[in-house]
Amino acid sequence: MGAAATEKADAALIETVVRLGDNALILGQELSKWTSNAPTVELDIALANQSLDLIGQARLLLDYAGKLEGKGRDEDALAFHRDAWDFRNVLLVEQPNGDFAKTMLRQFFYALWAESFYGALQESRDETLSSIAGKSVKEMAYHVRHAGEWVVRLGDGTEESHRRLAAALEELWPYTHELFMTDAADKAMIAAGIIPDVRTLRPAWDEGVAEVLAAAGLAIPENSWQPEGGRRSVHTEHLGYILAEMQHLPRMYPEATW
Amino acid sequence: MTMTSERDWPLYEVFIRSRQGLSHVHAGSLHAADARMAIENARDVYTRRGEGTSIWVVRSDLITASAPEDKGEMFDPADNKVYRHPTFYDIPDDVECL
Repeated sequence: MGAAATEKADAALIETVVRLGDNALILGQELSKWTSNAPTVELDIALANQSLDLIGQARLLLDYAGKLEGKGRDEDALAFHRDAWDFRNVLLVEQPNGDFAKTMLRQFFYALWAESFYGALQESRDETLSSIAGKSVKEMAYHVRHAGEWVVRLGDGTEESHRRLAAALEELWPYTHELFMTDAADKAMIAAGIIPDVRTLRPAWDEGVAEVLAAAGLAIPENSWQPEGGRRSVHTEHLGYILAEMQHLPRMYPEATW
Repeated sequence: MTMTSERDWPLYEVFIRSRQGLSHVHAGSLHAADARMAIENARDVYTRRGEGTSIWVVRSDLITASAPEDKGEMFDPADNKVYRHPTFYDIPDDVECL
């Protein structure tokens, strides 16, 4: 490979790792807002656990991204000292928690995607990604189980819980399509055997979603509107609020430690 | 509005086995809508620090327990029977696992 081609491949790899790290970081941060507010104390602990799973994944990924970049930025620099126009997460994970039904459905959609993505990523030719995937796939499998069961319980529960879940589905469904989109950076990484092709993961994801929604008494909505842009830093207005809360302390007191 | 809260969920007793070869030990109790949710709640509440390799849950109202007021007749008679303890033997030095 020529120097220019290598540089391009490196840039695509950094892009890929940052995207994965940002997905985990933003979802983990938003999910953590349930801590002390969940419907029961057991759920409070469960959601905090899941939030910490995601933030743990984000730390590994952003640490790796910083090393690949080689400009001396560590995981904290990437998490706390970038602005919205540099974040590369999908729009789904920055959608607000809303009510418990919306949080569970968002978690289910993302976790089901992440479980299959990390599952395939274990075969990556990049050893660091492959080992991060091996740790993360188990965590996401549990999130799928937990959130999936809540989706069924709520959909198949009371009139109110069904109504809330149906509203969440209406709201969140459009944002699921971005999970399966690919651009030039993805294609380069797929060709290099670094990441799986998300398009091949879609049929199994669709099937898993259909199964759970059917048990919840809901149908998959029409694929009319397919918003995208998070992966190239065109975000919804919600990301700014998440970052403001997440970043304000380290920006106010840059040298602060526990 | 009818609220379904944790208070309406039955109580479950949780037993955790910390590693292969040991017995399940009572870890505590929690509320859950059904047994499956109880297993998951137990996983999140009691095994977060790597305490477990297996979880049992059972609805608390399915456990039959000895009555506290029967304590005297149930347990006191065993108090003065020292000969039931295996302490009257000289153990040879080279027996290790006794």
